[in-house]
Amino acid sequence: MAVQHITTIDSAAGGVSRLAARGVTVGYGGRTVIDGLDVSIPPGLVTTIIGPNGCGKSTLLRTLTRLLKPAGGTVVLDGEDISRLRTRDVAKRLGLLPQAPVAPEGLTVADLVARGRHPHQSWLRQWSSDDASVVERALAMTGVLDLADRPVDSLSGGQRQRVWISMTLAQGTDLLLLDEPTTYLDLAHAIDVLDLVDDLHESGRTVVMVLHDLNLATRYSDHLVVMRAGAILAQGHPREVVTEELLYEAFGLRAKVIDDPVGDRPLIVPIGRAHVRLDRGPHA
Amino acid sequence: MNATETERATAPGVRLGQVSFVWRPWIAGVTLLLAAASFLVFCLSIAVGDFPIALPRVIATLLGGGEQVDAFVVMDLRMPRALAGLVVGIALGVSGAITQSVARNPLASPDVLGITGGAGTVAVFLVTVSGGTAAAVVSTLGLSAAALAGGLTTGLLVYFLAWRRGIDGFRLILIGISVSAVMEALTTWLLVSADIRDVARAQAWLVGSLDNRSWDEVGIAFWCVLVLVVVVACVAFQFKPMHLGDDVAAGLGVRYTRVRAVLLLCAVLLAAAAVSAAGPVPFVALVAPQVAMRLARCPTPPMAASGLVGALLLTGSDLVARTALPFTLPVGVVTAAVGGPFLVYLLVRANLR
Repeated sequence: MAVQHITTIDSAAGGVSRLAARGVTVGYGGRTVIDGLDVSIPPGLVTTIIGPNGCGKSTLLRTLTRLLKPAGGTVVLDGEDISRLRTRDVAKRLGLLPQAPVAPEGLTVADLVARGRHPHQSWLRQWSSDDASVVERALAMTGVLDLADRPVDSLSGGQRQRVWISMTLAQGTDLLLLDEPTTYLDLAHAIDVLDLVDDLHESGRTVVMVLHDLNLATRYSDHLVVMRAGAILAQGHPREVVTEELLYEAFGLRAKVIDDPVGDRPLIVPIGRAHVRLDRGPHA
Repeated sequence: MNATETERATAPGVRLGQVSFVWRPWIAGVTLLLAAASFLVFCLSIAVGDFPIALPRVIATLLGGGEQVDAFVVMDLRMPRALAGLVVGIALGVSGAITQSVARNPLASPDVLGITGGAGTVAVFLVTVSGGTAAAVVSTLGLSAAALAGGLTTGLLVYFLAWRRGIDGFRLILIGISVSAVMEALTTWLLVSADIRDVARAQAWLVGSLDNRSWDEVGIAFWCVLVLVVVVACVAFQFKPMHLGDDVAAGLGVRYTRVRAVLLLCAVLLAAAAVSAAGPVPFVALVAPQVAMRLARCPTPPMAASGLVGALLLTGSDLVARTALPFTLPVGVVTAAVGGPFLVYLLVRANLR
């Protein structure tokens, strides 16, 4: 397989990348999913990894968060090989929200968010006033302070996702990695969660996420990483990256890319087969 | 003690010098009450018998005072049985809380993991198969120790069969059930083909009982359980985030494979210690964590309260078995009579959801 090596960029916003993959090869039980991939996460931006199903998006995110151990290459966090750091010390610098997490039935919002303090606690020091104020701030920032006493399973999908993000925030890291934070959410709740992601970005955090919806990815990210078959096809600002040619190359999708009537980003209109006026298609 | 006032959204914290923890009055109260109730039943169990001793005199004797006659009855005759009830109950309760938490499944228990099944098969084998080797094993090891070895071997076998780059809850339960089924089939085959007098002895052991406990048997179980409970208490803190799933726990800096391995090993050893002291008492490990969860209003099985509910259930059942009925029953029958319907209740509830 031809592997495309992309020279690592040192951020559109300037400054040095804190998290990067250097020539990582990852697979599951003999099957290689990612082969010798390089990527740098620009600091202070929202980076979104997109690509067709099975292209290795989540695998890349899980590798960056040390959930998967690469068979070759290294993941570098703040200049150090992540696999050589204590997992507890990594947890103090890098927050992670896995795909579709499940809380035990009856666990309250406050108790779930409080769990985010775990890396800062020890057997003897299980709860300090410091922990309490950080948790309080995380609850307030994600707008779930009023729900603190409610069981997580009694909330709507969107509220629940806010609570999980709140837990990740309570971890107190500047670097947040979210694996498909909008899965199972309707469009309104997805927008709600992504607005929260934008708030996190505004407050100076670096966010990396995997999204399925291309238009949401285009609207809410500063940096897109487009993957296909375990390699990076293109990366950069959505305005530069999102083109009709790229969408066809990455997804095999015929689409028109037009100006977003409400935003300053491109808008993708998939063509497909049904109810299309033939004169409007590019290859009609 | 300096109870620090914190913001209203989170639970208040308590600080004692360098030590700080979340203050949950309800859970603390329930745990304390359970401990008091267990101690009371423990004392009652010593007080009641052919030669009744008033409760205050029991407590006085336990504290080192009291009369000579009382001391003999309390310490030498009745204490081993009562203590066995307490120790076995705690071991089964904690063991059940661990397996249910690790598997994230309320129906997981050491019974499912093959420990009791393996111990039963070995015990029945030794009782029913007369002949040189079996008799030699029993005379050198004792039946309990041999059964303990059998339970331990089966538990570890299930554990290693279930291991595939870590332990997965469902895989563990499925393999545990399969191995238990094989063990039960073996036990049944041994019982069917054995001499009828041996069968009666084997059956008595299989039901689980606290009769005729000696200090030797109880002492070993006591120290084993004490050490294991301390280990569990130390690891429990690292286990807390694991209720949220492996990925979340890993993200919070927990080495979950290692924590889970240590805890499951503790669960296997606790259940094995319990079996060695009282035989395979059914349902305590399954029911105790579920009752403790509901009493303490916890979303996950609380370790300490589960152990205490186990102790209360076992000592209480033994007391009922000895006193309330016109004939003496082995304790396993009473715990099963309480545990069986509760299991049905859990299953029906899960069905209706």
